[in-house]
Amino acid sequence: MDHRSEIWNFLLGNLSLKVLPLHNTLEDRILQVTFAVVAISGLAIFGWVTVKRRWGYLWREWFTTVDHKKLGIMYMILATVMLLRGFTDAIMMRIQQATAFGANMGYLPPTHYDQIFTAHGAIMIFFVAMAYIVGLMNYVMPTQIGARDVAFPFLNNLSFWLTVSGVMLFMTSLFVGSFSRAGWLGYPPVSEYQLGSGVDYYIWGLQLSGLGTLLTGINFVVTILKMRAPGMSLMKMPMFTWTSLCTSGLIVVTFPILTAALFLLSLDRYVGTHFFTNDLGGNVMMYINLIWIWGHPEVYILILPLFGVFSEIVATFSGKRLFGYSSMVYATVSIMILSYLVWLHHFFTMGSGPDVNSFFALTTMMISIPTGVKIFNWLFTMYRGRVRFDVPMLWTMGFLFTFTIGGMTGVMLSVAPADFLLHNSLFLVAHFHNVIIGGVVFGVFAGINYWFPKAFGFQLDPFWGKASFWFWQIGFWVAFGPLYVLGLMGVTRRLSHFEDPSLQIWFVIAAFGAFLILLGILSFLMQLYVSIRHRERYAVGHDPWGGRTLEWSTSSPPPPYNFAFTPVVRERDAWTDMKEHGYVRPRDGFQPIHMPKNSATGVWIGLLGFAFGFGMTWYIWWLAVASFVGIVAVAIGHTFNYHREETIPAEDVKQFEHTGNWKPAGEGASA
Amino acid sequence: MSQTTHSGSMHGGAHDAGMGEDHGSLRGYLTGFVLAAILTVIPFWLVMGHVIASKPLAILLVLALAAVQIVVHMIYFLHLNTKSEHGWNMLAFIFALVLVVIVLGASLWVMYNENANMMPMSPIYQQYHKGG
Repeated sequence: MDHRSEIWNFLLGNLSLKVLPLHNTLEDRILQVTFAVVAISGLAIFGWVTVKRRWGYLWREWFTTVDHKKLGIMYMILATVMLLRGFTDAIMMRIQQATAFGANMGYLPPTHYDQIFTAHGAIMIFFVAMAYIVGLMNYVMPTQIGARDVAFPFLNNLSFWLTVSGVMLFMTSLFVGSFSRAGWLGYPPVSEYQLGSGVDYYIWGLQLSGLGTLLTGINFVVTILKMRAPGMSLMKMPMFTWTSLCTSGLIVVTFPILTAALFLLSLDRYVGTHFFTNDLGGNVMMYINLIWIWGHPEVYILILPLFGVFSEIVATFSGKRLFGYSSMVYATVSIMILSYLVWLHHFFTMGSGPDVNSFFALTTMMISIPTGVKIFNWLFTMYRGRVRFDVPMLWTMGFLFTFTIGGMTGVMLSVAPADFLLHNSLFLVAHFHNVIIGGVVFGVFAGINYWFPKAFGFQLDPFWGKASFWFWQIGFWVAFGPLYVLGLMGVTRRLSHFEDPSLQIWFVIAAFGAFLILLGILSFLMQLYVSIRHRERYAVGHDPWGGRTLEWSTSSPPPPYNFAFTPVVRERDAWTDMKEHGYVRPRDGFQPIHMPKNSATGVWIGLLGFAFGFGMTWYIWWLAVASFVGIVAVAIGHTFNYHREETIPAEDVKQFEHTGNWKPAGEGASA
Repeated sequence: MSQTTHSGSMHGGAHDAGMGEDHGSLRGYLTGFVLAAILTVIPFWLVMGHVIASKPLAILLVLALAAVQIVVHMIYFLHLNTKSEHGWNMLAFIFALVLVVIVLGASLWVMYNENANMMPMSPIYQQYHKGG
């Protein structure tokens, strides 16, 4: 620290002009350009909203909303924005690795490169994949079980804003100080001895968003167990709801472990304890053990809801009920339990000895059994069905192909002796991208294409949807096929420079693959733009795909209360059953409906949470203490708010039920 | 569940009659209190009075009594039984217990192995180190 007066040190903590990217280096030039782009587009959006006088609308209808549908949409938007950020990191790494050979050191210095791979991993998992699945579950799950909202609507809003505060901390690290260079899981001792703000941004960003995710998990478990429509027993729940239940259960039991591990890490960093360094009996390996007890279930938290998405899509687009529903449920539950017993396969090489390694290798291999059951169930659902190859179905077929190969390389890695060769190699990197892109990302796009007409009343353009699918599908293999090859040749991950020029061609091919994926992402954005621009042309009825579950029984978009009358469920595919029995929508006899009222508390707690994280990161103690006290005060204040419900009068319900989007299936979908 | 509960499903379900937990009686609370007090006094006495010479044995005894203490709290203060919420409470409790056992048990197992295999300060190494 330079010599500035005590009062400035008190007010600004470790902040100074030096931490801003104002130096005349390539690294800082890149950041300055990025900042300019972000600032200009941010100002443009801000100005547009101001000119159009939409702030009030945004505040009332979106920011303070407790409606699970709007929160779901906001999660999807957040995840898409963060996908662009995370993908920018990815393409920067690909360019660096394709060029940095021999004398050429590439355009990124190692300190910058290390921040990029750390940010890429952490953002893609926490703020892209997690936000996408929480968004999908938020939107779809309550409508599938015939509920009007989740069990704790305010908590849902709070979860969202806590996630946003984590995102804001991560994004601030771009321009103020630096981000962690310790990898996406922040292994000590690197994460303990690394100076600067990076790891602290990482810790507080994850603590805040992790708390939000935990609250979401509790919320969804209660919603599914308590708020299903009458007649919907557990074994009559739609598959997506089942997978949401298992994912939420996993969230509840694993996220506290992440919180605890990061808390111990922050104690080590802030107050000099030694939980994860060797002094005083601490142990680095304990962090790795703890973080993976959370980390392995986490990847199943990500993939399970998408298994549900594929189950819904396969059944709908094959025009058949899902093959082997019960086995699908048991497979989901056994994956949920087994996923809790495999974490050690992430550190076979840490020296646990043959008995421990064998146990965890076997449990890991066992997971492929229920997963295989699922793959066969999807194939048998398509078998002899009248399969329609719409965009959601394309993503599903791409998933079946890509994910199965990713699963097989996973079984290869689960063989402990083989893992001693493949550990930390690019083979591993190729494997987990294979299952996360092939499973989670493909599933998210399948889900977006499938439920978009439900959320907005018009379809997404199929041409750009297909373009996006093919660019992603081919781009994925071009980008990650070479990494499998390189990994088998022994190239390790996270390197910013290579000596052996014979490897370069593979990295150039991989960079070309990343470019194809870029075209896939741009096609997706184009798809959104074209569809929104010409939404009249793409308008569809409330059940455009011939859906089988309850969400398709209500209007598109659904009214705020989802269902004027709670549906009564008799069969598994409740909506198909209702259609087959000549269900007639009631036109009269509506009752007033109680709904939860909007609340600004979530926004304030999210903002204060950001201030707290920022204060902790920069050692601005007054800010940290003040914002923490603020959070507690706002939370207590919220408990004195007794006006949390409002009533939608029967006339309004009646009016909506007569004017909503109730066109029969297919009408207007010809475009 | 009746139709009326569901038309206001914002607060449906949770208050359905006959599903809630048992709120306990004075007698139950007193029994729990006395048992908890006894289970606290014994380990205090064991430690302060140096009753058992072997330290590991004393620690094990204290831990065992703590486990019994947990059960007492569960039954008398948290009213855990097999009937409340149609058995869901018990199910959730068993689930939590299994997970805690997995996390703690397996972590101990794993860390013991890794310490034994990987920590450099084994006695032989230490001796060699000093001698060199």
